[in-house]
Order: sequence, then structure tokens, then C-alpha cells
Amino acid sequence: MAAYPPALKYTKDHEWIDLTGESGKVGITDYAQQQLGDVVYVELPEVGAKLKQGQSFGTIESVKAVSELYSPVTGEVTAVNNDLKDKPETVNKDPHGSWMIVIKLTNASETGGLLDATQYQDLVK
Amino acid sequence: MEQATAAPLKKTPLNARHRASGAKMVPFGGWDMPVEYSGITAEHMAVRERAGLFDVSHMGEIEIAGKDALAAVQRISSNDASKLQIGQAQYSGLMTPQGTFVDDLLVYRLAPEHFLLVVNAGNIEKDYAYIADQIKPAGDAVAVDASSRYALLAIQGPRAADILQPLTGVNLADIKYYWFAHGEVANIRATISRTGYTGEDGFEVFVPPQSADRVWQALLESGKSYGVIPCGLGARDTLRLEAGMRLHGNDIDDTTTAVEADLNWIVGWKKADFIGAGTLRQQKADGPTRRIVGFEVAERGIARHGYDVYVRGGAAPSGVVTSGTQTPYLKKAIGMAYLPIAQTATGTEFEIDIRGRRTRATVVPMPFYKRAK
Repeated sequence: MAAYPPALKYTKDHEWIDLTGESGKVGITDYAQQQLGDVVYVELPEVGAKLKQGQSFGTIESVKAVSELYSPVTGEVTAVNNDLKDKPETVNKDPHGSWMIVIKLTNASETGGLLDATQYQDLVK
Repeated sequence: MEQATAAPLKKTPLNARHRASGAKMVPFGGWDMPVEYSGITAEHMAVRERAGLFDVSHMGEIEIAGKDALAAVQRISSNDASKLQIGQAQYSGLMTPQGTFVDDLLVYRLAPEHFLLVVNAGNIEKDYAYIADQIKPAGDAVAVDASSRYALLAIQGPRAADILQPLTGVNLADIKYYWFAHGEVANIRATISRTGYTGEDGFEVFVPPQSADRVWQALLESGKSYGVIPCGLGARDTLRLEAGMRLHGNDIDDTTTAVEADLNWIVGWKKADFIGAGTLRQQKADGPTRRIVGFEVAERGIARHGYDVYVRGGAAPSGVVTSGTQTPYLKKAIGMAYLPIAQTATGTEFEIDIRGRRTRATVVPMPFYKRAK
């Protein structure tokens, strides 16, 4: 079992968010990449896209399955990691370092409902 | 092949080995099977470049024996079994009277009046019941479901012969493609068949179930210096797709005929009567209204089993993707689909609905991948 960085917050849908001030980088967890298997395709939104908490912001595909990506918080996409389009396998190698989007939060209180590393580890163990 | 069933999953003799080795296990055709060990990509590439070892003991074995065994096989199997010499195998179909697939299978001629049919795991009971019933008019022949008497291991890849040869006295160079020989592997009684479902050179080894783990371990040990790794059903599926091999339950089933599936070569057109012969001959003469094609997705996106396909600009779907993924060796999104016959020429563009987005795809020849000889 991989370590879940304590600095990150997690969702029950297996995304993480790395909060800095009013923004956060979003990716998927080690558990999620293990369940998916070899990632071959990541489809991400445009900068400027407005997302609600729990809304799909893209899709991730492995050889054998497709999965939706869900936003941990409400906000606006301010950056997209286009490197993942060419190197989707990075998500398998470094799931907690492979951010997909940066989202600027419009409702900071939503983060109170996210899981911490210990709670997430309990969820997936 | 997904089946909703309350029955407990069946286990191959290697089940404990898979679990102890940390394989990811999934239900498949009523069996608890490894879908991947180290990852589909790594396993797929190992088979293309070196070798991979698969447990395919879930496959069914049905034997037909008796004075009229050949007539019995000729009646239920689409291909012409009279062409088989002792020690030779052929790919064939088990057909309905409509010329559609109850299953696809390999037919092995063990002796002049003794055949072995290898069928798909999820279809064993259905096939056996159908065969036992349908061979009755053929005369003196009996069918036996011998599945529990065999474990089946597949060693596949360009180094397969190098790995298997030190474990057997059988000279593998003497076994041609789609031939088999009896002997021993790791001092275990075995039937060695030069067949597979990967598009590579390789062998399928039938052994008694109680000895499967010993042979499995021996092959991994012998293959260590060649870089052999254990592989699961995930890589088996991507390998067979690149090789253009049909999967029963996806690409062929009881709604698709051998002609539509572009498998005319597994029909013994010169044979006397067999189940489905009338319909197939008629369809071959008239020409089918649809046919399976291989395709590549021309834009970004991956087409998967069940996605609707459209002729360009078409309002209503004209078929579905029967198999599709992005494959590890070719690194392209490829697949198979049935299209109206006018749309099946190589180079024809059509559209696939990938989760609400019409995506262009192009008809390409199969197999997608062919190994260098």
C-alpha cells in the first residue's frame, strides 16, 4: 500500500486536491490508478471551464476501462496539465505527483467535507 | 462473456498460485481468473518481444470418440476435419442451423477415431449439451466433457521454444504450426500444441490438473533468463485483438454467421452436410449484407465494445464495436465492428459514437499485427 501524502485532501471518488491558498491541483489517487491499470488516455477540460463539486471534468482511460474524473470542489479551471496527453502513463508511475487541472475555488468551505490521508487510507484498505 | 450468476466461481488448478503471486483476479465466464500480474502493457510487450506464460485451464475440453467419430465431428464442426492428420489441429466453428456461432473451437485429431475439441470457458456446458445431442444421427460416437481432466498452460512469444525445449524430450522444431505431439514436460505427461491466441509463435501445453503448478513453475524457471513473465487475461485479450483473432461473445456469437465474421476459411465448403451448411452456402452465394471489419480510430479517442457505429453522417447506428481498445504494441486505438457491406472496403471512413462524440474511424485490413517469420 502506497503512502497517501498528508498534505493532500481526498474524495470518495478517488481524486486528491493539493490546496494552496484559493487554488488547488487535482489528480487521482494511487488506489485509483491501481484499479484502472495502465493508463493510455487522459481527456481534460479547457482553461476557464467552470465546475461544480462532484461534476465530471474529464475522462481517464486504461487499456481495459474508462473512468470519469470528478472535481473535488466548485470553481474555475485555471491550468491544465497537457503533458499528460502525451505521457498518460505518468499517472501510473507518480499518481500523487501527476496533477491534471488547477482549480480556483469559489466556495472554500467545501474543503471541510474532504477526507484527510488517514480517512482515505481507511476507505481503500 | 460477462454472466450474472449466483453460482460460486470455478477455480483452475493454478488459482492458489495466482493469488499467492499477487495477480489481480476477476470473474470471467464463471471462473475466478487472473486479469493481470504486472500490468497489461508489460505483459503484452513481454509476449511480443520475449515470452509470457498464461493459465488457460478454464478452457473446456470435449472429446469425441467411436467408430463414427469423424462423421460426428464433421456434422457439428464447420471446418473439414477429414483434412486433419493424426497430430494436427484446426480452428473451426460450432454452428447453429442458421450458420451463426454457438462457439468457436479448436479441433485436434488425437487418433483416427478420437478427437479433442477445445472450447470457450463460458460455453462448456452449453456446447457439451449441444454436441452430445447433435452427434446422435452420426452413428457410433460418444462425446465426453473431459474439461476437469486437463490443465492448459500457454507459453507464447518469440522465445517460447527456447524456454520449453529444455523441459521436454520432444523436438519442438518438428512440431509445425497447428500440429501437436505427446510427450513429457518437466517429467509430467503432456500434450504440446503449437497454437495460441496471441499472434506469436508459442505452445499450449495440456497437463494433468494435479501437475499444473509444477509445470507452471518449471516454465517460469526455465524462462527466467529469457525474461518470461506470467500474464493474465487482459494481455491475452489485447494480444488476440492485435492479431485480428475473434473473441466469442464479442466479435462472433449466435447472431453472426461465419460469412459475416469473414471466417469463410473455417467452413468446409466441399463437405457433405453439416449444421448450418445450407444457410452459409446461400449467404456465400448471395453475399452477406454486412461484414466484420478491422478499424483504426482516426481522431483522439478509444472505441470500446458496444459503442454504436454510423456510416458517415448517418442518423441511425448501423452496427456496434465488437472489440476495441488502445493496444500496447501498436499504440493505436483499434477494434472490430460489423458494417453494411458497401462500407467495408479498406480505407472507408465511418463514425463511432465515443460517449456522445462522433469520432472518425477508418477500415483497415486485419490482422493489425503480423509477426515477422
